[in-house]
Amino acid sequence: MSIRPQTQPTGPKPPFWRDRAKRALLAQCLLLAALAAIVLFIIDNTQDNLASRGITTGLGFLDDTAGFGIGQTLIDYSSDSTYGRTFIVGLLNTLLVSGLGVLAATLVGFTVGIARLSSNWLVARLASGYIEVFRNIPLLLQIFFWYFAVLQSLPSTRESMSLGEAIFLNIRGLYLPKPQFLSGFGSIPIAIVVAIAASIGLIIWNRRRHAATGKRLPAIWLSLAIIIGLPLLVLVITGIPVTWELPELGGFNFSGGITIIPELLALWLALSIYTASFIAEIVRSGIQAISHGQTEAALALSIPKKLVLRLVIIPQAMRVIVPPLTSQYLNLTKNSSLATAIGYPDLVSVFAGTTLNQTGQAIEVIAMTMAVYLTISLLISMFMNWFNARMALVER
Amino acid sequence: MRYDKNALVLMTSAAALSLGMVGQAQADTLEDTRERGEVRCGVSDGLPGFSAPDDEGNWQGIDVDVCRAVAAAVLGDSEAVSYTSLTAQERFTALQSGEVDVLSRNTTWTTTRDTTLGLNFTGVTFYDGQGFLISKDLGISSAKELDGASVCVQSGTTTELNLADYFDANDMEFNPIVFDTSEQTVGGFESGRCDVLTSDTSQLAALRIQLDDPESAEVLPEVISKEPLGPVVRQGDDTWFNIVKWSLFAMLNAEEYGVNSENVDDMLDSENPSIARLLGEDGNYGEEMGLEADWAYNIIDQVGNYAESYDRNVGMDSPLEIERGVNRLWTDGGIHYAPPIR
Repeated sequence: MSIRPQTQPTGPKPPFWRDRAKRALLAQCLLLAALAAIVLFIIDNTQDNLASRGITTGLGFLDDTAGFGIGQTLIDYSSDSTYGRTFIVGLLNTLLVSGLGVLAATLVGFTVGIARLSSNWLVARLASGYIEVFRNIPLLLQIFFWYFAVLQSLPSTRESMSLGEAIFLNIRGLYLPKPQFLSGFGSIPIAIVVAIAASIGLIIWNRRRHAATGKRLPAIWLSLAIIIGLPLLVLVITGIPVTWELPELGGFNFSGGITIIPELLALWLALSIYTASFIAEIVRSGIQAISHGQTEAALALSIPKKLVLRLVIIPQAMRVIVPPLTSQYLNLTKNSSLATAIGYPDLVSVFAGTTLNQTGQAIEVIAMTMAVYLTISLLISMFMNWFNARMALVER
Repeated sequence: MRYDKNALVLMTSAAALSLGMVGQAQADTLEDTRERGEVRCGVSDGLPGFSAPDDEGNWQGIDVDVCRAVAAAVLGDSEAVSYTSLTAQERFTALQSGEVDVLSRNTTWTTTRDTTLGLNFTGVTFYDGQGFLISKDLGISSAKELDGASVCVQSGTTTELNLADYFDANDMEFNPIVFDTSEQTVGGFESGRCDVLTSDTSQLAALRIQLDDPESAEVLPEVISKEPLGPVVRQGDDTWFNIVKWSLFAMLNAEEYGVNSENVDDMLDSENPSIARLLGEDGNYGEEMGLEADWAYNIIDQVGNYAESYDRNVGMDSPLEIERGVNRLWTDGGIHYAPPIR
């Protein structure tokens, strides 16, 4: 025991099992070895089992021709592509719906969460109604609702709803015009980059000036105006080098333009709305965790009332909000695998579904799919931890 | 929920493959089945005529009859079957991991499935081919006019592959909408999400009668693939393989010799040596498979011959009314040809 005065051992050194530290080390080594042995046993046993049953193993199938079609592909894909390519197509579709979902859920969630605390009776009640409804209905049912009840009751292709003969909505999806860039368009991205750089400069300058003189400009609004205005200006000067490819009804479907399939819309709506209701509660609890004294103190320092929320409350609330928010992002990404229920070609549907079935290599395919979700989740969580560390209160 | 079950079966099956003892590979399915007192049979998730539960919850269909025949041959009781409903995606894993012992689920016999999955096809119960179901409103008379169509198709089927092949070969574009179950596929077709539903022609007949208005849809004349559907067993248990194989052959032979469930008792006294061998009156052809001499008698008595099963489930006595066509016996101009019992 450490409180006992250390006496210099006399005579022979005690055997190592009398030494507590060494004993603990030994126990941990043994545990680790046992774990490794179990894992090795499982792998070995699986291989034996598969071999003895004559089931083909290994990742060689990834180079074989897939030979089936996929409804939505973000990269070039045809039925001549390989199973490896189906994996990427599925992965990108998963990332697309998750990314869109995270964006929309965050926007809606923060808005509803703040609205719930509004002093306006109607706004606050509407927000809490939203939360209670969407938080308490299982996600799968919500996906079915959007897909079967809402989007599947849209009119047929020939009777599409249209907006100015450019945007069409029907049971097959949403059809948007697609921009075709002509020569001379290269100046637009440059203008956007310049505008963004200018806005960042403006914000930094404004912050320094504010710290030094206490004066401030509405920098956010100015930046927005620059980012939108400058490219627009360049666009007009260069004579608008863009034409629009309009969706056209030909044969069975609209061709040309951009098609957003209803499976994506349904899944995106359901995921965003469902997750937003949880995010709203997280935001509300985060804001309420900041004591009212902070608001009073801010007002006493004559910080304008409309800035108190943004400058005092939200930065502190973020410390409470970010960790559970991370969980919601992870949930949303993992829930996107419900896509398979409505036929959205995500990773689970394309790879752990069709590819698994055509190749029969269940273990490899399922392991790869699980590894993908694990990796995506760990990456999101790493990013959010970094963000949280930046947001954390710096004690001075 | 279908989706949850789906994942669960796959996961448990994968786990079973990982953790299961190696010794299981040499398992004696016949002995296990006898001990259990029932044949474990994998069937579809509801395809009328092939495998679907009737009003009272009893499984019916031509695929189900194969399982009943095996149970009659092995246990002497065609009702001693436990059915597991499997989606197209789950079916092979469930068989590989030993959750079912026979997979009789309108499954197409292909090289990949026969050679890489550790499975064996035992024969062909139904010769099928892939076709297209379209709405009559489209005013189309040939599959060649389907360029640009949205096509509803079930995930994990040979259909998905043939579809891509056919459109490629004819230099046409298509937009696949892939669902997990045939139920969802029909839903997509009915709501107008897709123009065309593609599947095996026999299934199209079955799915068409499930539509709210069957008259509004029709099956296009083109048949774009060969789809021999048959029962599947695990590789490595030859006795069980033989039992399943010969249970089907017994039904085909019975039809050929004119033996059916009505006259089988009279036929026991038949002078015809082929019938005597089939019914176990002359020699015991079940012995080497570990069965009793009356194995085929039990099948015919309790399940019937192939023609009875066909007519009852998919033929003219059923709502599907599918012509025998190539599924006639070789003696009638079809391609069903069972090796002789001798």
